[in-house]
Amino acid sequence: MQTLYNFVSGPLVWLSFMIFIGGSLYRLISMAVLAKKKDPLVYVYMDWYYALRSIFHWIIPFGSENMKKRPVMTLVTFVFHICLIGIPIFLFAHVILWEEAWNISWWFISDPVADIMTLAVIASCIFFLVRRLVLPEVRYLTSYSDFVILAIVAVPFITGFWAYHQWFGYRLMLILHILSGEIMLAAIPFTRLSHALFFPVTRGYMGSEFGAVKNAKDW
Amino acid sequence: MAEPALKEESREIFDEGLNRGIEKLTSEKIEQVINAVLEDETGARLKVYVDTCVHCGLCSEACHFYVSFREPRFSPAGKVKQTLWEMLKKKGKVSPEFIRRASEIASTECNLCKRCSMYCPFGIDVAYLMLVVRRICHKLGVTPQYIQDTAHSHSATFNQMWVKDDEWIDTLMWQEEEAQDEIPDLRIPLDKEGADVFYSVIGPEPKFRAQLIYQAAVIMDAAGINWTMPATPGWDNSDMCMYTGDNEMMGRLKKAHFESAMRLKAKRIVMGECGHAFRSIYDMGNRWLAWQMPPIPVTHAIEFYYELFREGKLKIARKYETPVTLHDPCNIVRGRGLHEMARYVVNEVCEEFVEMHPNREHNFCCSAGGGVINCGPPFRNKRVEGNKAKADQLFDAKARGAKTLIAPCHNCHGGLEDIIHHYGLGLELKFLGDIIYECMEKGQGSEM
Repeated sequence: MQTLYNFVSGPLVWLSFMIFIGGSLYRLISMAVLAKKKDPLVYVYMDWYYALRSIFHWIIPFGSENMKKRPVMTLVTFVFHICLIGIPIFLFAHVILWEEAWNISWWFISDPVADIMTLAVIASCIFFLVRRLVLPEVRYLTSYSDFVILAIVAVPFITGFWAYHQWFGYRLMLILHILSGEIMLAAIPFTRLSHALFFPVTRGYMGSEFGAVKNAKDW
Repeated sequence: MAEPALKEESREIFDEGLNRGIEKLTSEKIEQVINAVLEDETGARLKVYVDTCVHCGLCSEACHFYVSFREPRFSPAGKVKQTLWEMLKKKGKVSPEFIRRASEIASTECNLCKRCSMYCPFGIDVAYLMLVVRRICHKLGVTPQYIQDTAHSHSATFNQMWVKDDEWIDTLMWQEEEAQDEIPDLRIPLDKEGADVFYSVIGPEPKFRAQLIYQAAVIMDAAGINWTMPATPGWDNSDMCMYTGDNEMMGRLKKAHFESAMRLKAKRIVMGECGHAFRSIYDMGNRWLAWQMPPIPVTHAIEFYYELFREGKLKIARKYETPVTLHDPCNIVRGRGLHEMARYVVNEVCEEFVEMHPNREHNFCCSAGGGVINCGPPFRNKRVEGNKAKADQLFDAKARGAKTLIAPCHNCHGGLEDIIHHYGLGLELKFLGDIIYECMEKGQGSEM
């Protein structure tokens, strides 16, 4: 158990960060190069002002018509994404790890708050799962990989919550928590989780086309 | 869970172009063409759009087909699933029957209206993806018969309606004579060099809506515009090749059009009330010809009317009394942002304006655009029933008093006419030019 723990909390951390950072750079750069070669118009029509204008409308809650039309989905999506990114970075236990390893630290969230945020992530994942199964238009688009991706995101939070509360099998849960977190990180560049990387590009390009060429808004 | 992409054989619509088209296909040919198009003609955009889609279904409510039928296969992402996702997953190894269905989806179940790009959080351009599918089907020779016929007409005559060169000139002279009964010194100046305005129309105007040319001439005359119309091929600004995926022909058509205007040393192109032609000149055809923006300024009729009223060149004798509502055509609203100018003109000319909802960029498509109405009678019922959303929207405007529906676009006219008739809406349908002509002070202009 200890060897396994040392392995997932040592070399695998390095590996997952390398895959995440290297993979993300590779994906973004290779797409930029491919676009230059095959879709040069992306560079011609990309307009920073209109790209940012569109991105801005889509990253503030209820900034677009569609968000206003689906208030529950909008609320869940924003809470989910904020907690999903916020917890791993600002969790006290994580900040301590950084401090111990690198002697750097930053602001953290209190544990009770983190607890609630974690539950919010898990609840959101359940919401997405139910939505996927119940709404015909979402179900129609669903493939097995969508469930796998949802699991990749949910498991680190479930196991983390479990480990924090030190319920039975705590040691194993901690290992699973670290391992699943690493899997999620490494999966970002190479699965549909890459929407995190490409959101500014796709939204910005559509914003540029609509704003600069077509003189219209796209939200 | 994951439902098969193809399950529609039972509801198959017979179309000569689609059904005969696939008879000639072999699996090798299909694979080769799909991969060639994907490899040679697409790149980062397609890959990113396919990889980024998180299958959330949020685009569904954007599509009038989905809103009307409430069937997942009509959602924007649903259409991509049934076409491109499958082609990519199988690396081009799909059946002729699959291609038939893909062509039908891309050509008759999507109007390329881009409303879904405003509903997708990532701004995925489903219209672009559907155009890629049409391109593949074009190269495989599987395109609905009626629209393919118009594309053939474009290739043979450089206009959409098989109008012969002399018939074109004859029509303009005929309309000039007709108009001279009303305004004796009115002219339709043909092939005049150095005019401020090169006026272009779509093929169907001389073919069966010649009165629109008459009306445009009266407006030009009253506003004292120095204008001309070309006497040579290149007069037609329409473009069904853009919609069949025949990009090479789209480029040739636009080149002929731009060059006619440049040969006459015109200062700008002003075009009639058509949406798709505007898209072709302002957005797609110019890009194929490697012009970032059109090589000569292009003004749509709405913007032109707006200018004429703003500058006081046109005056209204009496306002149009019947309450009107306005349909915002996709290609000039989501495609050019002319909605506020349209409202300005409507308010100049009409007593009472009733907004329909949603409106402006969020307006629902007429379901005729993107070449769908041009796919002809076999797909008519699906097109009209697939736009109950529009009927509801129009009915609501009617309930609030609207009696006349203004649609400043030809394809919208065709589509809305069918919708009004099918759903018994009893709205009178007009172009903006119809109302301006009816209400304006005529015949003051003298400059020629």
